[in-house]
Amino acid sequence: MDSRAARRPSRLLRNIPAKIASIPMILTALVIFLGGTVWTVVYSFTNSKLLPRLSFVGFDQYERLWAAPRWIVSIQNLAIYGLFSLIFSLGIGFLLAVLMDQKIRFENTFRTIFLYPFALSFIVTGLVWQWILNPEFGVQSVVRSLGWSTFTFDPLYTSSIVIYGVLIAALWQGTGLVMCLMLAGLRGIDEDIWKAARGDGIPAWKTYLFIIVPMMRGVSVTPLVIIARGIVKVYDLVVAQTSGGPGIASEVPAKYVYDYMFLAQNLGQGFAASTMMLITVAIIIVPWAYLEFGGGRKRV
Amino acid sequence: MSDRSSLVAASASRLQPGPAGRKPRRMLSPRNIMLYGTLLVAAIYYLIPLYVMVVTSLKGMPEVRLGNIFSPPLEITFEPWVKAWSQACTGLNCDGLSRGFWNSVLITIPSTLISIAVASVNGYALANWRFKGSEVFFTILIVGAFIPYQVMIYPIVIVLRELGIYGTLTGLIIVHTIFGMPILTLLFRNYFAGLPEELFKAARIDGAGFWAIYLRIMAPMSLPIFVVAMILQITGIWNDFLFGVVFTRPEYYPMTVQLNNIVNSVQGVKEYNVNMAATILTGAVPLIVYFVSGRLFVRGIAAGAVKG
Repeated sequence: MDSRAARRPSRLLRNIPAKIASIPMILTALVIFLGGTVWTVVYSFTNSKLLPRLSFVGFDQYERLWAAPRWIVSIQNLAIYGLFSLIFSLGIGFLLAVLMDQKIRFENTFRTIFLYPFALSFIVTGLVWQWILNPEFGVQSVVRSLGWSTFTFDPLYTSSIVIYGVLIAALWQGTGLVMCLMLAGLRGIDEDIWKAARGDGIPAWKTYLFIIVPMMRGVSVTPLVIIARGIVKVYDLVVAQTSGGPGIASEVPAKYVYDYMFLAQNLGQGFAASTMMLITVAIIIVPWAYLEFGGGRKRV
Repeated sequence: MSDRSSLVAASASRLQPGPAGRKPRRMLSPRNIMLYGTLLVAAIYYLIPLYVMVVTSLKGMPEVRLGNIFSPPLEITFEPWVKAWSQACTGLNCDGLSRGFWNSVLITIPSTLISIAVASVNGYALANWRFKGSEVFFTILIVGAFIPYQVMIYPIVIVLRELGIYGTLTGLIIVHTIFGMPILTLLFRNYFAGLPEELFKAARIDGAGFWAIYLRIMAPMSLPIFVVAMILQITGIWNDFLFGVVFTRPEYYPMTVQLNNIVNSVQGVKEYNVNMAATILTGAVPLIVYFVSGRLFVRGIAAGAVKG
């Protein structure tokens, strides 16, 4: 900023109130975000149990981690959940946004309905869907009582599909937001493009598919980042809806970390698992940031 | 997928080549039936859980056991609500959700105010009073927003323990301030940067300092963004579960944690109607904020994710 040039020469004394006011930010950035992360990564190489201790054991914790069936299940669940929630949230969100973009009546009512689940916590979401998917009283029993007595839809108590039960709840909670962001993107598209496409006699669905979707790439980044962050963070939903069960069938990495740190008192395992989560995020975020910020020439 | 085919049909019929200008449209065209039909089906899907929650919470337990979760209550009773509020059990004590509610109030109000105060000053400093390194800290902050909380939780436990506030409400408020900081700082920084710079310069020439400009000019001009930040924080903090469970003792558990303990407790007979009443009660505050705030809510969430 050029306002800087007008101020007194001494560098450290310049801008004192701003520096004092920024102390909370500086502490958060350096101590918690940077320091905390480094601390956790360092301690993931120790055999800390109840208390953190600096006795290094190399990659022991990681070997144990990747040998643990529960961790493998967690990672698989995260992969399935992540893949499907990415596809479906973007797909359904875009579809709803296109429908909402047809100059419809009651747009605000529909928007309110699609988005309200997002205001609810994952705990509330998980508990509602636990109840709806309850095999004794929920969807399964209702369909059976209608006469289809062999109907089976019991995701929460069937190990092989339990993660899809969680996915249903997550999509209910999150797609409204994606719809809203996509709709904002659609509204931002130049009216002239529509006119040009119309003038060339291109049917609307083709315009959407071949012109609008590629143009939405920039707009999709925001929902994409939100969804990706939500995927890695998924924890409360599983705790509320299934508690990780049946058995370990719906465990996720975030729950593994919590359980090892605060319940099993095996800090080293918890640190190793959380470091793996960090690496997962880095794998997703770094390439994106690299593309976004032009090959890292501006920022690290 | 039927959604897609209807969409295609719906939009295809809109844009026939032909004379320009607005075509008079009939309300009951096939296109509209498809369009509104699809939207209506989607709307019903989104509403079902809310409906099921309300309906279940108004039934007596015998009716819940017999009936169908979608059927309206034959006999409306508010007993489950009363029970959820004042008698539901979490493990040992049975004083209902009310305690969790007041805890959440005690957590949410100061956390919201403090986090917004801190972040708005940060944003203001970053927008108008940059100093050497300020952008570096800001970048760390934004990158930090992507680090999973699980990575930073234990170091924070240690810091709070050293400060002697681990397990207290103060500790939790600090944690909420820390994790609210990246998004809120970004929000305020971008907003303040968008205000006309002449204002700032004029105030400088008149001799106003850092705090005077913030309090007298920047903050009063930025009420909308403060409202957006408040919506973001109230709903976010009220809905938090992880920090509540990690950083507080059971007597300070927020409502979400208590709700989960009530519903997923293994002891006793499951009272689904009470559980659903408790679930609605917990969801009520953010829902009210959502319905009252309307479009600002969307703006808040969207703004939080826009890159700076």
